[in-house]
Amino acid sequence: MSLEKKYPKEVKQLLAKYPPEHKRSAVMPLLYLAQREEGYITREAMQDIARILEITETEVASIVGFYTLYHDKKEGKYRMQVCTDLPCALRGADEFLDNLCANLGIKVGETTEDGLVTLESVMCLAACDRAPMFQTQGPRRHQVSRVHDRGPHHGIGRGVEEE
Amino acid sequence: MTHILLRHRDIPDINTLNVYKKNGGFAAFKKAVTKMKPAEVTEVVKNSGLRGRGGAGFPTGMKWAFIDKNNWPHYVVANADESEPGTFKDREIMEGNPFQFLEGVAIASYAIGANAAYVYLRGEFWELAAFLDEKIAEMEEAGYLGEDLFGTDYSLKIYTHLGAGAYICGEETALLESLEGKRGQPRVRPPFPPSYGLYGKPTIVNNVETLTNVPLILANGADWYKSMGTVDSAGVKIFSLSGRVRKPGNYELPFGTTFRQLIYEYGMGIQEGRPVKAIMPAGASSSLIAVDDKVLDTPMDYAAVRTLGADLGSASVIVLDDTVSMDWVVNKTIHFFKHESCGKCTTCREGNYWMRNLTERIHSGKGTGADVDLLLNVAKQMQGKCLCALGEFSTMAVVTGIERFPQDFKQAVRSNS
Repeated sequence: MSLEKKYPKEVKQLLAKYPPEHKRSAVMPLLYLAQREEGYITREAMQDIARILEITETEVASIVGFYTLYHDKKEGKYRMQVCTDLPCALRGADEFLDNLCANLGIKVGETTEDGLVTLESVMCLAACDRAPMFQTQGPRRHQVSRVHDRGPHHGIGRGVEEE
Repeated sequence: MTHILLRHRDIPDINTLNVYKKNGGFAAFKKAVTKMKPAEVTEVVKNSGLRGRGGAGFPTGMKWAFIDKNNWPHYVVANADESEPGTFKDREIMEGNPFQFLEGVAIASYAIGANAAYVYLRGEFWELAAFLDEKIAEMEEAGYLGEDLFGTDYSLKIYTHLGAGAYICGEETALLESLEGKRGQPRVRPPFPPSYGLYGKPTIVNNVETLTNVPLILANGADWYKSMGTVDSAGVKIFSLSGRVRKPGNYELPFGTTFRQLIYEYGMGIQEGRPVKAIMPAGASSSLIAVDDKVLDTPMDYAAVRTLGADLGSASVIVLDDTVSMDWVVNKTIHFFKHESCGKCTTCREGNYWMRNLTERIHSGKGTGADVDLLLNVAKQMQGKCLCALGEFSTMAVVTGIERFPQDFKQAVRSNS
């Protein structure tokens, strides 16, 4: 189903934020809308967005490729994003990530066998006072990210499922 | 001390419209719109000595005065792309004291004659963007945003816009490209945004903290604001303290507070009582300052920090103790910049690729003395040749790390030299 059919109200609201002659500005919010349910953006969704904004599919794909928060393939239902930048690393982020890998049985960038969790090492998340910190993103409430300080080293799968 | 920016720490529930109003909220915006000419508002901000809090420290009122009055419409864009490793102040402002920030956006918009303003938030702040959307809706409901404000013919709308994980979008022209629906890559400047900004129209881009200062400056006057801080740097600043301190956090303090006060009084000193080895006063973009008593007693303002061979930037003070080796630090910062380089200019794209290979080799113990020399050479070759500040910033820790902490690098390559 096309994006406009699926989310008619949202598409209209997003386009209204920008001058009509500059509707290309809506490409980023429309991409978020497109990956709301499945956590990634399909080829069809890119074609939809290109049509709505009157730009080429290649231009839409170049946005997907440039920004790290857009994904073009299916991964885990939840993304665990662990910051390993300097301020977090000074407070044990690398060890924290190692523990997490061991507990989940996966490497950074991989997804657990049950398809529940993809583990990512990410850049600074602007919460260095709570270092080492990570956040999780889930599909149901895609506008929501949870910031965790010093998260649990075990039982992580259960934790996100409750979330 | 009573806070000027982090007022939620003194006033519970100031993030609700009623409590904000009860504490003088929106009076400054109303005064501006009903009693002042736009140029008068700019003049007050200019006289207050307020400088941009995003890192560059450019005088805010002067920037507003640069707006091209022969080309319309005008836009205000709030830079909420807070992504510098070590910086976490704008998040707290927007979570805790959102209306004061939004009132600052509104006053800036009136001052430059903008009828639309965008708040560009980094993609990881989605929860915060939804929260701000609610606050903006409440302001519209209460008549602080919308058509014909306060019975005048001035109208204003504020919109949020989410980025999607790109540090480069904190650079103002990259941010504008991103807001236009393109890849976030910096433009060649000049022209600067006050003459050629969003959609090619005159635009003022200001940091969240900068704008949050504005309502109280207008309410209490330029002299009140200037009475705090130093001659060089007026007013208060939020210092984001992180790293090996006992109590990391945001501390709102007057400019001129010393590093010693920040680290030992507010940050409660270093973990395990160890000595400070180095400070990065401007996050990962910072030069590394080798610390001695003179450094610790240096007042933190833009001019004084420059005498230490560094910039205060966004005042994201990362503290490194004596257990930290600078080859490790530089490897961390270069991994960050390699990842975040937008790829537009060759210098930064290729330079960071080479620097990453070298720092990785040196840090893993496989490097030689020649690798350290080459790393320094690459970094120096890059300086002055990048399209934007990101490329320049990537070299700061490398050059100062090798020059100010040669022992650390000698130690890292000892087995191969």
